[in-house]
Amino acid sequence: MLDVAIAYRRYQFLGNEFLTWLWFMVETDQNRLRQYDPDLVSLNIGSRLVLENTRNNAKETVTIKGNDANLEEGRVALKKGAVVTEIHLSYKTVGQHWLFNLKGESLNISNLKLPETGPVETPEDLEGVVIEKADLLEKVNGLVNNLFSQFIKLRVSATWRNQTVSQIRKWAVS
Amino acid sequence: MGLLSSRISVTRYKVDGGLDGSVHDTVYQRLKQRSIPNIEDDGSEAVVGWTSFENPYSPDFEGYSFVFGTYMVFALRIDKKSIPPKLVRKHCTLEVDKRLAATGRRYLSANEKKAVKEHVVLTLSRRIPATPNIYDVVWDYKGASVWFFSNLKSANEALETLFIKSFGLHLIRLFPYTMADLIAGLSDGERDLLLKLEQGQSEG
Repeated sequence: MLDVAIAYRRYQFLGNEFLTWLWFMVETDQNRLRQYDPDLVSLNIGSRLVLENTRNNAKETVTIKGNDANLEEGRVALKKGAVVTEIHLSYKTVGQHWLFNLKGESLNISNLKLPETGPVETPEDLEGVVIEKADLLEKVNGLVNNLFSQFIKLRVSATWRNQTVSQIRKWAVS
Repeated sequence: MGLLSSRISVTRYKVDGGLDGSVHDTVYQRLKQRSIPNIEDDGSEAVVGWTSFENPYSPDFEGYSFVFGTYMVFALRIDKKSIPPKLVRKHCTLEVDKRLAATGRRYLSANEKKAVKEHVVLTLSRRIPATPNIYDVVWDYKGASVWFFSNLKSANEALETLFIKSFGLHLIRLFPYTMADLIAGLSDGERDLLLKLEQGQSEG
């Protein structure tokens, strides 16, 4: 395996490409996402999307904030060659709802709001709640790992070069 | 921020390797060995150690209290004494003035000033209480994964260092490359292609 510090910098673009692909998938192919995660009812963009364009030796950042925000400006940035560097996601299964943020360079999960769990009223309640919270976190962890695995297999394949890139471009200008 | 917080930030790790013997007993012994010491009365500026999830201010791992179902849950605690720079400057000035008055000299050398500063910082460190920072850790031993409830670089570095010192196991931080290499289940051929990927290959 490569040196970790070198690998972090060298491949952070993959995280940004992953988030860009994920936005495309969220907007165009929920059925495919359901094949990746059978429990998934919906995966949507939440309240924040950040794009960055580092072409022409200048860094341009576009931040879109707010619930039900118009993402058109983000698609305009995509057309100009930007990639998604941060995304806030709303993930729903039957009766449960997660909200969380993913950063492209690290794929760290932040600002995660788990579905409601029972209250901790007595010391005996604690064990149950801890296990429940950990299981709910594992669900998001599994989703991110699963989606990224699907992406990276596609990314190293000829399908990415021959089909996916042009599909994403077509979607961005549509 | 921790597992029970309303908003969670988590850094994900893969654990490289396993422990010999009984996992719970080994983890118990190592947590106890490296539990956070009390630095209230000494001159240490910062100290790092393990503490318990339920009682982070009184580390106690008895009765395998860190075991929650299939998870091991404990916390990293970093106690740090933050001395305001203005306070250091004030006490340094007073100490320098005192030494000059005692010796009848007009100046102290650079080395003497450095020694005064070290003495002042040490003295103040003994008097100032340490501020605890607590970060929960969830270890799924079977899944070889650790979740650390902070994205702060310094806290993550402290975790990685203490984890290997305590358990002799490396934590591999999960980020795009390590996820592709360790989690995605790529074939050897796909892994070779991964190494050749360049930014912008997909961009028009």
